[in-house]
Amino acid sequence: MTGPTIALAGNPNVGKSTLFNALTGLRQHTGNWPGKTVSAAQGRYDYEGRTYRLMDLPGTYSLAARSAEEKAARDFLRSGEADAAIVVCDATCLERSLVLALQILELQPRTVLCVNLLDEAARKGVSVDLRALSARLGIPVVGTAASRGDGLEDLKAAVARVLDGPVPAVRPVSYLPPIEAALAPLTERLTGRTGLLPPRWAALRLLEGDASAIDPAAEPADLSSVLEEARAVLAQQGLEGDALSQRLAACPVWAAEDLAYAALHREPASPPLRDRRVDRILTGRLTGLPVMLLLLVLVFWLTIAGANVPSQLLSRWLFGIQDRLSALLLGLGAPGWLHGILVLGAWRTLAWVVSVMLPPMAVFFPLFGLLEDLGYLPRAAFVLDHSFQRAHACGKQALTMCMGLGCNAVGVTGCRIIDSPRERLIALLTNCLLPCNGRFPALIALISLFFAGAGPGRSLRAAGLLTGLILLGVVLTFGMSRLLSATLLRGTPSAFTLELPPYRRPRLVQTLVRSVLDRTLFVLGRAAAVAAPAGALLWLCANVSTGGLSLLDRCAALLDPFAWWLGLDGAILTAFLLGSPANEIVLPVLLMCYLSAGSLVETGELTALGDVLRAHGWTELTAACTLLFTLVHWPCATTCLTIHRETGSAKWTLLAILLPTALGMLLCALTAAIARGLGLA
Amino acid sequence: MDTERPLTALREGESGRVARLTGSPGLCRRLAELGLIPGTPVSLFLRSPAGDPSAYLFRGAVVALRRADAAGIWLDAAPGEVSG
Repeated sequence: MTGPTIALAGNPNVGKSTLFNALTGLRQHTGNWPGKTVSAAQGRYDYEGRTYRLMDLPGTYSLAARSAEEKAARDFLRSGEADAAIVVCDATCLERSLVLALQILELQPRTVLCVNLLDEAARKGVSVDLRALSARLGIPVVGTAASRGDGLEDLKAAVARVLDGPVPAVRPVSYLPPIEAALAPLTERLTGRTGLLPPRWAALRLLEGDASAIDPAAEPADLSSVLEEARAVLAQQGLEGDALSQRLAACPVWAAEDLAYAALHREPASPPLRDRRVDRILTGRLTGLPVMLLLLVLVFWLTIAGANVPSQLLSRWLFGIQDRLSALLLGLGAPGWLHGILVLGAWRTLAWVVSVMLPPMAVFFPLFGLLEDLGYLPRAAFVLDHSFQRAHACGKQALTMCMGLGCNAVGVTGCRIIDSPRERLIALLTNCLLPCNGRFPALIALISLFFAGAGPGRSLRAAGLLTGLILLGVVLTFGMSRLLSATLLRGTPSAFTLELPPYRRPRLVQTLVRSVLDRTLFVLGRAAAVAAPAGALLWLCANVSTGGLSLLDRCAALLDPFAWWLGLDGAILTAFLLGSPANEIVLPVLLMCYLSAGSLVETGELTALGDVLRAHGWTELTAACTLLFTLVHWPCATTCLTIHRETGSAKWTLLAILLPTALGMLLCALTAAIARGLGLA
Repeated sequence: MDTERPLTALREGESGRVARLTGSPGLCRRLAELGLIPGTPVSLFLRSPAGDPSAYLFRGAVVALRRADAAGIWLDAAPGEVSG
């Protein structure tokens, strides 16, 4: 299995993922870069009897190694683990995407340049002279249209050639004469001392001031004096400090400009008129926000409507299995408690979580993926950034909030798109203030029962109230972000650059499959792993009694006085506590408490639910406070684990748990106090 | 008049050529990676509802920048051509 390893690199938005998926199909898996929170996809493809291992590096604009992604990409290329590289460029934006290619060529001469999106380019009337590019760069250049599968075989062939043949005679980027003059003695001094790294590359990094570039053990003794001399010579010509780093950064850009000029037969047209019109609508002063809200409502509606029937079917199937498991265990003569723990506890809870969680997610994430493919999401961040700036946070937080609507754990992982660590933490800590799919059923049920009234227009009122709740979540997010950036996470807004890629036609089937495999199944797997043990524990709490009362009842009684202040009761708080593994089971656990049942009770008919609640003393106040607390309480167990993994810090994870809890309790207490004070409850 | 103007002075459809970059080294480096270096032609492509950030077109790509950062990018005083 030790075939060659190929690194796949490129700017964001050049279709690199599409290419990766086209090459590897299902033979891939995504994980984390070892020791980092940068996702790394690995896959395999075959060509002429050999199996190649393909490493999908994070999309970056350069190898300057400032963000975690750039570091991961650069470290991988530096480590020598890659036998060759493929750099993907966008044919419609060749000039800019060549900059990274030139940087990578300085590091890894066995590279194939892949000019992707040729179909988009053709549509815009742009044609690329691949031969000319290849001649000037000294490496093979292959044109592809990855979404259509064109050019893939040629690409594989070029990779094989570049691996087996002699090292390509790469024409290095020529820097300004003074810089070249300074580089020469440095490069000479480093030759043979830099292991697998080209000496010229190491010399450039040293001039840039990046000492991590070479291994200190291999350094020649007089290196620092040679470096000093080189810098002094450059300083004499006015090239020092900022001016030097700007020139060093500019040279590859000029080289790329030159190359693109030679390879393109006409100036690439600026974005087409139709796209501009769409942009004007999506980001216009009067239309931007309304369109966004409309899209959000549409996505919600599709998710809720689309998930209904599949949820019921799935639930029926899984509970059917439960009956069979029951019969099996009891037939084998298993003791009652074992049957209780395994079937009534673990399996039942698992079945519940899966049947409630899976269908909405299976609709929401593909919809989100489609918006992503289309290119709409950056526009949303663009429109909302101003408001986020006032909270000293980043516009990309809007995107993580949207992901959090699907699943808070996915939203937390998604915070990686925010470059600044401070702003990333803010987004991470406030992510659970927006309700995830798992909380929707409870929110909708309670709204419908207590606040939507009756008669025509009922579901419209319910939808309106739900939207209102979510907007409250948004307001709270802004407030908490502002508070955090004024206290624990103080700092100035970071340099923010957001690329608005051209609109692309989303590929429905691919997005669907990818979404299911990457996001939905993954989250589901995690939730299931948490739900089963939680279910076992739950059964124990409900069925182990001391002095006539089950542990569950005791807990509820214990929490009753405190809960009263929050406008809730002990059973509700217990349900929230025991529902920490997955928010989906909060209502069922509550019913289990009220009905003194030994296992999770199906929520069933809405009116029946309402009767049970009212019979246990629920008023509008109780419902309002429960709704508030559902919106603002500690993150679910999966999210907590994810936060811990992303931050690597117990302190921030603890804060992520305490902050929303404190806020939720405060809001509930205030609501209860005001309502009681006004004599409303 | 030989005065430079900041990027934020561009009106919709107007373009100019970058003269110099001021601002934090991190920002300048990031902009250079995106291709915005002295000599680059740049035009205002799109304004957000609040006017900040705004999206600029250069080297075939559209990038949004916040007002505070765009104010540190100075353009030549040459008259702006209105691009398609």
